[in-house]
Amino acid sequence: MKGFRQARWEEPLIYEVSPDTKEGTLIDYEEFEDYAKRLLLKLPDNVRRRSLDIPSLSEVEVVRHYTKLSQMSYGVDLGPVPLGSCTMKYNPKICEELASDRRIAEAHPYLDEDDVQGLLEIIYTLQKWLSEIVGMDACSIQTPAGAAGEFAGALMIKKFHADSGEGYRDEMIIPDSAHGSNPASAAMAGFKVVKVPADPRGNTDLEALRAALGRRTAGIMLTNPNTLGLFEEQILDIAKEVRGVGGLLYYDGANLNGIIGYVRPGDMGFDVAHLNLHKTFTAPHGGGGPGAGAICAKGALVDYMPIPIVDYDGRKYYLKYDVPKSIGRISWFYGNVVPAVKSFLYIAALGSSIKEVAEVAVLNTNYVLKKVSPLPGVDLVYGHGRWRKHEFVVSFEKLYKETGIGAEDVAKALLDRGIHAPTILFPLIVPEAHMVEVTETESKENLDRLVDAYREIVNLAYANPEEVKKSPRNTSVGRLDTVYGNLPKNVAPAYRFLKEKRTGA
Amino acid sequence: MPHPWMPNSYIKEKLMKELGVSSLLELFNDVPEELLLSRNLRVGYGRPLTEYQLTRLFNELMEKNAYAYKLPPFLGGGVCLHHVPATVKHVAGRSEFYTAYTPYQPEVAQGLTQALFEYQSLVADLYGVDVVNASMYNGSAAAAEAVRLAVRVTRRSPVVLSRSTHPEIADVVRTWSEPVGITVNVVGYDGETGRIDLGELEDRVRKLQPAAVLVQTPNFFGVIEQDLAEISRIAHDSGSLLIVYEDPIFAGILEAPGSLGADVVVGDTSSVGSGINFGGPTAGILGIRDPEGRLLRQLPGRLIGYTKTVDGEEGGYIMILQTREQHIRRERATSNITTNSSLEAVRAAVYLSLLGSEGLRKIGEALAGRTEFLIERLVSAGLELAFEKGVHLREVLFRHPRIGELRGFLKTRGVYIGPLVGRFYPELRDCGLVCVTEVHSREDIETLSSLVREFLGVSTS
Repeated sequence: MKGFRQARWEEPLIYEVSPDTKEGTLIDYEEFEDYAKRLLLKLPDNVRRRSLDIPSLSEVEVVRHYTKLSQMSYGVDLGPVPLGSCTMKYNPKICEELASDRRIAEAHPYLDEDDVQGLLEIIYTLQKWLSEIVGMDACSIQTPAGAAGEFAGALMIKKFHADSGEGYRDEMIIPDSAHGSNPASAAMAGFKVVKVPADPRGNTDLEALRAALGRRTAGIMLTNPNTLGLFEEQILDIAKEVRGVGGLLYYDGANLNGIIGYVRPGDMGFDVAHLNLHKTFTAPHGGGGPGAGAICAKGALVDYMPIPIVDYDGRKYYLKYDVPKSIGRISWFYGNVVPAVKSFLYIAALGSSIKEVAEVAVLNTNYVLKKVSPLPGVDLVYGHGRWRKHEFVVSFEKLYKETGIGAEDVAKALLDRGIHAPTILFPLIVPEAHMVEVTETESKENLDRLVDAYREIVNLAYANPEEVKKSPRNTSVGRLDTVYGNLPKNVAPAYRFLKEKRTGA
Repeated sequence: MPHPWMPNSYIKEKLMKELGVSSLLELFNDVPEELLLSRNLRVGYGRPLTEYQLTRLFNELMEKNAYAYKLPPFLGGGVCLHHVPATVKHVAGRSEFYTAYTPYQPEVAQGLTQALFEYQSLVADLYGVDVVNASMYNGSAAAAEAVRLAVRVTRRSPVVLSRSTHPEIADVVRTWSEPVGITVNVVGYDGETGRIDLGELEDRVRKLQPAAVLVQTPNFFGVIEQDLAEISRIAHDSGSLLIVYEDPIFAGILEAPGSLGADVVVGDTSSVGSGINFGGPTAGILGIRDPEGRLLRQLPGRLIGYTKTVDGEEGGYIMILQTREQHIRRERATSNITTNSSLEAVRAAVYLSLLGSEGLRKIGEALAGRTEFLIERLVSAGLELAFEKGVHLREVLFRHPRIGELRGFLKTRGVYIGPLVGRFYPELRDCGLVCVTEVHSREDIETLSSLVREFLGVSTS
């Protein structure tokens, strides 16, 4: 196979780079040695460190080690990462550069409000813009990630009902195609999760929803567009039904990218929403984080938002703690400010062109879907003939039955072609699923590469499935055994476990 | 209007032709018409901005920040200004890392998974625990998750925490716990030492039989909780877990909490490579000492482990024990966390590799020495220690009737101390924190003390 070859350094663990003790950075400590001794002598012996044995390397050794490791990683700057519901869009470099400013990096959270008016203005302005984007009354960026926003939102809904004398509302309705974090967040807030299925068009099944609603309904958590990439056509009916039994509507903003500027969750009838600033608003994902979340609310729910909220009194920006019904602090300080600044810069840079994001994302999604869905072995399952929004889902069940090549094999074969695999085996309602989100930042040439790769792989699956099974071969390591590392006797989440195993200890 | 960040915004017509639509609105034909926004969003500054315009805008906003450190700030309260080595920033700036996603496809992410495995290993060594996860959001979330972990493991619901735990951490623990019936009970501090009141703790723990006892050391007042072994005995006698919050920067001089009896150790990476960032992002650290394997299955968050290739030829790293997590276990997951703070964990791994055991010992001594020197100078300049009998490390709580004015005066000279702690502890309204780290020189501390002397001298004459 020609083309992509990932770096394949045989890089040992940091513990095995060098046995000698060196220094990676100088520490100025000699001048205070006597003072340090005096302090340490005041402590009982058992509180003083007896031994610590981690590697002590020089600067260049550390730099080479981690640079090699970086070459064995793959991100958006190398090529498409079409992970569905993850919105892996390009991260503009100007946002990275400006947000790494020392004036933010060294700003202490306990500086006086008067001293950080610029920072507070950025946060406040971002909150305003996000409120406008989702059509809600207020947003806060205190939630450090999307799931933290979900949890905060679920707590707000819980407290709202409790304050209304309806604390018995303990059921949260969640479609069975929802992100796993939705039921997990609802459960963390003490709700029972009631599942509703999708209908053949890919919408939430309205009949099933009606059957699930009742006096114990606290609310519903929905993504719209949903995880099939489909807009919930009956969203107004859903809102009416839920509200009819006294429930509230929670919007999971993970999929906002496909509708931004076209339609707003607040207008759809949602009361609370979270946004993932690291998805729609281009703060990078950092290999898993840090991201940044926003929690937004409308009407009566505004009073329940976590504290503090950055506010403006006409003269100065300040941290508002006086929110009597607030659920409290969801995290310390004011959220993940650096990624939030990147999102501020992103929105500032685009201005009203932000609508272009949804347009191009939707065009790209449907362009790829149109070319991938007719491929042999590929099925749609839900929503035939409908336009997708931010993402689409295809099933490789047919391919699997006919060739033995399933979604995971196809994913590994994509890696071999220099393209990160989409989200696989999710949503659970689609067998052998690939959930593909190419975002607005891929060029047509890259979309064609993805399509060509899919075509090549399914054709190869029919011609020579064993060949597909050999993937990945061009990555820094071959296919990893997900069973081996999870067997209780093999579980090794730290160097010590490997060392003990090796020495038979 | 097309934009350089969206290549296909320049060929929309071409794509529309491919799809056979004549209007973009056709692609939104499933959205109820009354929901379609008929105007542009009022965001940004109207037109798109050029890079240069954006830079100017940003700088204008930054100039509205009035703070100007003449000396490295002496601000504390959980996060202090530590130096972030250029090497750390360089590695974190590698876009193979920062533009990557969670390693769902580990074969193409071995560098990232190895770096996270190293983070887990290094911090486990620092804390004296068996397993550290691949990160939580920050120290406050780590503490809240630790409490919920203890509740699941022990199947008990009250928890006890020291009043000298960072008040914002305590608030976060309450927010995450109380709505689901976990009661948070606070044990006071000793007025002379600033340490947790052991008698009160013992009584409370006996009475409540809590899921966990949570203490922070050094605590919010900067005082080392030197009775950890005794606290551990009290907790364990009642079958409770001990959760210790400790900043990893002290690992070179303070005994590992895991070795002193902690079952769960939590902390934050601010001091070890993240920086302060106006409070975030950092990574939350969560580790468990788990000799009986009781805690592992209840661990929240991502965990990287070693495995082999399917042909058994090579080794590699993958996310393990994912059946605990939300994307598999859904409402029965140990946590809802998905996006975490991986890049901050990588930064911590780089930082700790640069320092090593020796560097950590030296930085610990650098902090200890400066703390002792600071106390000597500021006491002689006329401030009082709030807790005379406590041993302080890095942060010190000073008392003076005019502490607020003093803080304001120092600010006019570009010298920052704080926070004042009265908003958290009404009984300590005349007290404020002062923090020293390895970045402060002897001259910096001398300057601070002579300014304090000048202020107090002026006031008494």
